[in-house]
Amino acid sequence: MVPFSFGGQDFIPSSEGALFWPARGALLVADLHLEKASWFARLGQMLPPYDSIATLTALEREVERTGASAVYCLGDSFHDKFGCDRLPEQARAILTGLTGRLHWLWIVGNHDAGFIDHCGGEIIDETVLDGIVLRHEAEREELRPEMSGHYHPKLRLNLRGRRVARRCFVASQSKLILPAFGSLTGGLDAHHPEIMGKVGPGASALVPVSDRLLRFPIAA
Amino acid sequence: MLQAGHDGVHALLVAATGAGKTLSGFLPTLVDLIEAPTEGLHTLYISPLKALAVDVQRNLLTPIAEMDLPIRVETRSGDTPSDRKARQRARPPQILLTTPESLSLLLSYPDSATLFAGLKTVVVDEIHAFAREKRGDLLALAMARLQTLAPGVRRVGLSATIADPDAYRAWLAPDGDIDAVRLVAGEPGVDPDLSILIPENRIPWGGHSGRHAARQVMRLIEQHQTSLIFCNTRSLAELIFQELWAANDQSLPIGVHHGSLALEARRKVEAAMSDGRLRALVATASLDLGIDWGNVDLVCQMGAPKGSSRLLQRIGRANHRLDEPSKGIVVPGNRFEYLEAQAALDAIDARELDPDVFRPGTLDVLAQHILGIACAGPFVEAELLAEVRSAAPYAGLTDEVWRRVLEFIATGGYSLRAYDKFRRLVEESPGHWRITRPQVAAQHRLNAGVIVDNPMMDIRFANGRMLGRIEEGFASSLSIGDHIFFAGLSLEVKRFKDSDIVVAASSKQARLVTYGGQRMSMSTHLADRVRAYLANDSEWHRFPDDVREWLEVQQRRSILPQPDELLVETFPREGRHYMCVYSFEGWNAHQSLGMLITKRMETAGFKPLSFVANDYALAIASLEPVEDPRPLFSPDILEHEFVEWVEQSHLLKRAFREVAVIGGLVERQHPGKRKTGKQVSFSTDLIYDVLRKYEPEHLLLRAAWDDARARMTELGRLARLVDRAAATMVHVKASRVTPMAVPLMVVIGREAAPAGTADEALLVEAEALAEEAMRVD
Repeated sequence: MVPFSFGGQDFIPSSEGALFWPARGALLVADLHLEKASWFARLGQMLPPYDSIATLTALEREVERTGASAVYCLGDSFHDKFGCDRLPEQARAILTGLTGRLHWLWIVGNHDAGFIDHCGGEIIDETVLDGIVLRHEAEREELRPEMSGHYHPKLRLNLRGRRVARRCFVASQSKLILPAFGSLTGGLDAHHPEIMGKVGPGASALVPVSDRLLRFPIAA
Repeated sequence: MLQAGHDGVHALLVAATGAGKTLSGFLPTLVDLIEAPTEGLHTLYISPLKALAVDVQRNLLTPIAEMDLPIRVETRSGDTPSDRKARQRARPPQILLTTPESLSLLLSYPDSATLFAGLKTVVVDEIHAFAREKRGDLLALAMARLQTLAPGVRRVGLSATIADPDAYRAWLAPDGDIDAVRLVAGEPGVDPDLSILIPENRIPWGGHSGRHAARQVMRLIEQHQTSLIFCNTRSLAELIFQELWAANDQSLPIGVHHGSLALEARRKVEAAMSDGRLRALVATASLDLGIDWGNVDLVCQMGAPKGSSRLLQRIGRANHRLDEPSKGIVVPGNRFEYLEAQAALDAIDARELDPDVFRPGTLDVLAQHILGIACAGPFVEAELLAEVRSAAPYAGLTDEVWRRVLEFIATGGYSLRAYDKFRRLVEESPGHWRITRPQVAAQHRLNAGVIVDNPMMDIRFANGRMLGRIEEGFASSLSIGDHIFFAGLSLEVKRFKDSDIVVAASSKQARLVTYGGQRMSMSTHLADRVRAYLANDSEWHRFPDDVREWLEVQQRRSILPQPDELLVETFPREGRHYMCVYSFEGWNAHQSLGMLITKRMETAGFKPLSFVANDYALAIASLEPVEDPRPLFSPDILEHEFVEWVEQSHLLKRAFREVAVIGGLVERQHPGKRKTGKQVSFSTDLIYDVLRKYEPEHLLLRAAWDDARARMTELGRLARLVDRAAATMVHVKASRVTPMAVPLMVVIGREAAPAGTADEALLVEAEALAEEAMRVD
């Protein structure tokens, strides 16, 4: 996969929805929404209790594939602030294994605000690394290059009568929104006015396929 | 019927439409209530359609009022206001007209035991229309419950003419005891007056709607008092309406009716029909059942009839009088459809109806029913199991599956026991179950029901008036400024607002709205008759000239297969190689086979380009010629590729969405609520993917597969096709296109090959196209 440039740095996106930052050896992911299923189960919808296992297994695979030494999670890592308490044993083992050996940053989102137990790693509201702001939800007024999550962007197209929907990155000159990485997270159309309003003009949806990065302009 | 009522036995009345069977179903009840007036619920009438219940109420109230009887008749459905619903439970009418869903909901209330304790009779109308579907499962379980609450209750089924009344007797009977149900045969009606319309004695090569005959059909409408024009899909109904309107020189009042139109629009059209204000109504299966309009004197079937029972029922909508024949005209859209139409007419002449296949009760419906019963009060496991097994569809339910269903309701039924602390159902002491909290009951009552719509968007005018609904999938292909043809109007898309598409009337050319999903396939026994015609040239003198010539030239240039042979033709054309497979197993089976064979051809290096299917055959285009088709059809295709393909396909995901909602795994989407953001929706596709990976043996995946098998992919027909392929295949290498292949070659809507990884290829192509278009040289 050919790297693309953002904020003066090179990044390599994966078709799973993660973003590798070679200069820092860091893997960025957004919106894991761990334990989303059990949050709904509490309310009577018994969704399969395997979502955290699926998400963390995929994340571990990305870490191994890229050889990352750090992981930055851009918020809504847990579906609610008590999510970590409900992690099944197997999922907890994967997570503590990862946080134990990697430099791990939990950036707080709206879903997991106020979480305490976090299986290791460092909890922060937002941060700036090499001039790039990392936060959960994009801020329109932010002038510095900024990476965020929150919106779960998805590209939806009708091609030859077939509906194709893929998780995508949304990028403009100074904003980059990551897709949701969680296995049970839905998506918002990349053309949605909320997303377009945040990223500003000249934005594209980026879809990594097996060996290349497809770019779809999403101007209004 | 009176005798059966007097004897107190269950009964199945089978009679032609128009024989007054609904009223005769009520006769014993009226007699009983006149002889011994009682308060409390006496008779339940169950109908598949809300509108039908309203209609029956009207027809019952007249005689009751005329005789001045102290009998109250009320309806109850999803549309009934909640204050009336509450009153009905407190002070029930003697006769309650309702639907399977509403009955099931009534049974989920703690007071259901007292409400139904004095029940004497359950009348099930149009039993043929839904006994074999999920609503039938739900009703069978509800009747088993009623039998427990009121052991003496008598069951009465009313049915149109059916091929195998005994199968329905068994379905209706408690414990499947067929002898407990007396069969009452109504008087046979006069044979219908059926014909095939062939304008100028010509039948087109392609097409499948009969639209070429619009002008002639319009003339027929002019010559008759009131006509019903049946089409096989909603899109075709819109198309035919458009064509008829163009030929409507006298500006006669004609209308269109299908299941996606707004309720009030449908009610308006129905009212206009019953007042005799319309000269013709273009309709779909949405009118297969239901209200009797005495003034209809002509029924047209546009396109293929698909089955003899189906055609007979549609034709029966004309002339609801036993002493006069119903007049029906079939308008075939192409030459194969002509053969199918002729087959249907011959089958009706021979009184041969389509056999109805019953399948075991579905597990998602069972889960919903059990939770409903639990909401009414604690239950004893052994007693409820015995009751469930007394319903015919669940007679074969094993202990193991029963236990899994209970566990599914309680905690989701996962082997990773994560949800014990959130359980909805708890076993208090061995064999005694109850719900854990009142919210479970409230939630259940919001989610109950067995019909799951595709996600839809409303089509409205700017003033808010709703025209109807289209599927989200189609809606996502629309842009502002596009024109669509819907509800008989040409409409311009103005804007999108939440789940609304705001439109304005327009006079521009517009495209038709399409709907996804399966198509109705030709019934197997019509397919058998069509095969027999092909093989027997002594039949051909009956056919119109161009159909006969078509078959004669085919005979000379290729062959016509014997009924047990599978003809495969290959020929080159315009730089491509075609393989045509004449298997007569219906569109759904051919569609599945097309996907599988093109995938195999891809692997084998034939470079397939696309395929097309209709009810009769499948054609695949490729860059390399297929010299020997046999290896492509080996039976192991069903074991490996087929399973893999179905699991990845939309068919199974769609089935999964349905069982997940009906089974109560995810909450039903209530359109009003979604707009206010009160309801979170998740993609059941994601749940499906997670489940398939981590718990492939889960109950709901099994239920989804059962559904897919029963009605979506027509696996049985596909399996038969593939199994007999090797032994029965006759391969003809033709030098150029053959007559039989032409109807296929002109089919619209071809599928690109191969499926599976194609999504990615399509994305790459889309990006390249956009780039090329936007390049400034």
